[in-house]
Amino acid sequence: MSGPSTYVPANGFTRWLDSRLPILRLMNDTMTSFPTPRNLNFWYTFGGILTFCLAVQIVTGIVLAMHYVPNDKMAFDSVENIMRDVNYGWLLRYVHANGASMFFLAVYIHMFRGLYYGSYKAPREVLWILGVVIYLLMMATGFLGYVLPWGQMSFWGATVITNFFSAIPVVGESVTHWLWGGFAVGDPTLNRFFSLHYLLPFVIAGVVGLHIWALHVPGNNNPLGIDVKGPQDTVPFHPFYTAKDAFYLVLFAILFAGLVFYSPNFVGEVDNYTPANPLVTPEHIVPEWYYLPFYAMLRSVPDKLLGVLTMFGAIAILFFAPWLDTSKVRSARFRPLLKPAFWLLVADCLILGYVGKNKPDAMLLSTGIPLLWIGRIGTLYYYGYFLVLLPILGLIETPKPLPESIAKAVGDKSHAAE
Amino acid sequence: MKLALRIAAPLAALLVATPAFAAGEDLTKAIPPKEEHWSFQGPFGMYDKAELQRGFQVYKEVCSACHSLNRVKFYTLADEGGPGFTPAEAKAIAAGYQIEAEPNDKGELFDANGERLKRPGILADHFPAPFPNEQAARAANGGAAPPDLSLIAKAREDGPNYIHSLLTGFGQPVPAGYKLPEGKYYNPYFPGRAISMPPPLTEGAVTYADGTKATVDQMSTDVTNFLMWAAEPKLEERHRLGFGVMAFLLVLAGLCYLSYRRVWKDTAH
Repeated sequence: MSGPSTYVPANGFTRWLDSRLPILRLMNDTMTSFPTPRNLNFWYTFGGILTFCLAVQIVTGIVLAMHYVPNDKMAFDSVENIMRDVNYGWLLRYVHANGASMFFLAVYIHMFRGLYYGSYKAPREVLWILGVVIYLLMMATGFLGYVLPWGQMSFWGATVITNFFSAIPVVGESVTHWLWGGFAVGDPTLNRFFSLHYLLPFVIAGVVGLHIWALHVPGNNNPLGIDVKGPQDTVPFHPFYTAKDAFYLVLFAILFAGLVFYSPNFVGEVDNYTPANPLVTPEHIVPEWYYLPFYAMLRSVPDKLLGVLTMFGAIAILFFAPWLDTSKVRSARFRPLLKPAFWLLVADCLILGYVGKNKPDAMLLSTGIPLLWIGRIGTLYYYGYFLVLLPILGLIETPKPLPESIAKAVGDKSHAAE
Repeated sequence: MKLALRIAAPLAALLVATPAFAAGEDLTKAIPPKEEHWSFQGPFGMYDKAELQRGFQVYKEVCSACHSLNRVKFYTLADEGGPGFTPAEAKAIAAGYQIEAEPNDKGELFDANGERLKRPGILADHFPAPFPNEQAARAANGGAAPPDLSLIAKAREDGPNYIHSLLTGFGQPVPAGYKLPEGKYYNPYFPGRAISMPPPLTEGAVTYADGTKATVDQMSTDVTNFLMWAAEPKLEERHRLGFGVMAFLLVLAGLCYLSYRRVWKDTAH
């Protein structure tokens, strides 16, 4: 579907450049004339939104790094200095801190959209895998960034997360000490975390480039999950999807600005406004909201190593989704059994998030049902969705009839006769 | 719509269901703070300068005996969105504090009697701490170091309500069956309910220049406002800028919507 290039250099300079470095041709073919299915809905606007999020994080992050001091004695003070004495420092920091949450909100919608419409299935397996790689890098970057303000939750979050590696048999302790650069989370840890937190976003940007490349070879999937049959099924990316994406991007920015200007500490933990103190453990250590479902999975397994494996396995399993799904039909719209299973997965992740937020010995509201068991059932369903339902439903389910073409389905009168 | 409902329903179920009190109150668990109305709340919320000035007086005359305010510099007292002191007033306030001096021309930090050299504060200084270090603070306060108050309004859940409830929550009868440790005070809003801080405010502890009656409730309200400003000095600027950004984005959204509709007008999708 990437098809032959439609770029025609407009003048002498662009002709000259095109025969030396066809960068304008590349931009034209990928961002202007790129044939895009005409039936993409709201849920397909998050790719553009995520690009925006990455750009916001990099730009605000670079400026914040000019004022931040990665030292265990000075980090907290330097962040407060940004909040109080740097011009618009409060804005930069609140945008950056809430930007991480908005980034994850968008990536979760983007991933669930991919799962619903079967965007991970052939011929887009590599596109999906690159997406999971980006997600993993985002998780790492988000965690590293959360440590930098060096508040209580930064310090103890870092302690808990890095301790996962001590679960590795035999070499666990050595690996953990190597990660820390010492015998506990301390100044060397903070320094390397800052270095990596600055590095990884550029790695993400690189993989995003590959992700977009891998998108532009098979072209977009679409809500019907059927292949594009010809030009009647597509519209050029510009102006059709630039206009649509722009509108939804601005709506997203309104939500983002609402958080930054009116509730900038809503997603944060109050304990992180207390400087890190290795001698005082917070009563209840919780990670950022976007890790909570995985945190719940970790805690639902009584064995430390198995818990860590369960948690990382939950992400690793995503890599295999293209081959675990046996259905010939992509979109859940036409899959009567997958559809409820998918929505149950969405609910499951929210419930796991709720479990992860609460203390491990808490009960569900006032019912006396231990959250631990709800977390265990939730973990089983999460794995069951990928390991049992995706392979089996594709074999036993009778899909609804697929429309003949995108153009027919959207009722394009001009092509109805063809 | 159906889709939105599908997502919203489980979310709403999670949000609506707040933990209900089980029969038999857990006496070691703090009770939730009282909900108050604050002038800085909401998208258009601003600080009340008179409240901030009175709150500053309460901090200065009462709290500062034990609590530091390390991150607040004197010049911010005259900053926009703050208590609204004039630069001259802020300068006078700073000069009223004795700050540990830098080495003098001979490189000395102590005078002939071994006393630490001091100088009057300037605008660039922050509030001096009442104790030279944490150990001294701990030793002077029965083993519990009074926390720095610069960020306290953001470092506690539901900060402003919590501070106000805590300050007005002393003197309640200790419930039967609750064992109050020696040297502690009962305060149901404090985690564990036994706090080392004696009741800091008593009726008329300060004399307000503007004639406001210094009740415990009034003083705690005022100092809560002041501490919120200390923790979030750019709140007014944030709310003001937020209004402009929101207005801009809403107009932009309208324009983007119109162009989106126009581009797609003749295209079935």
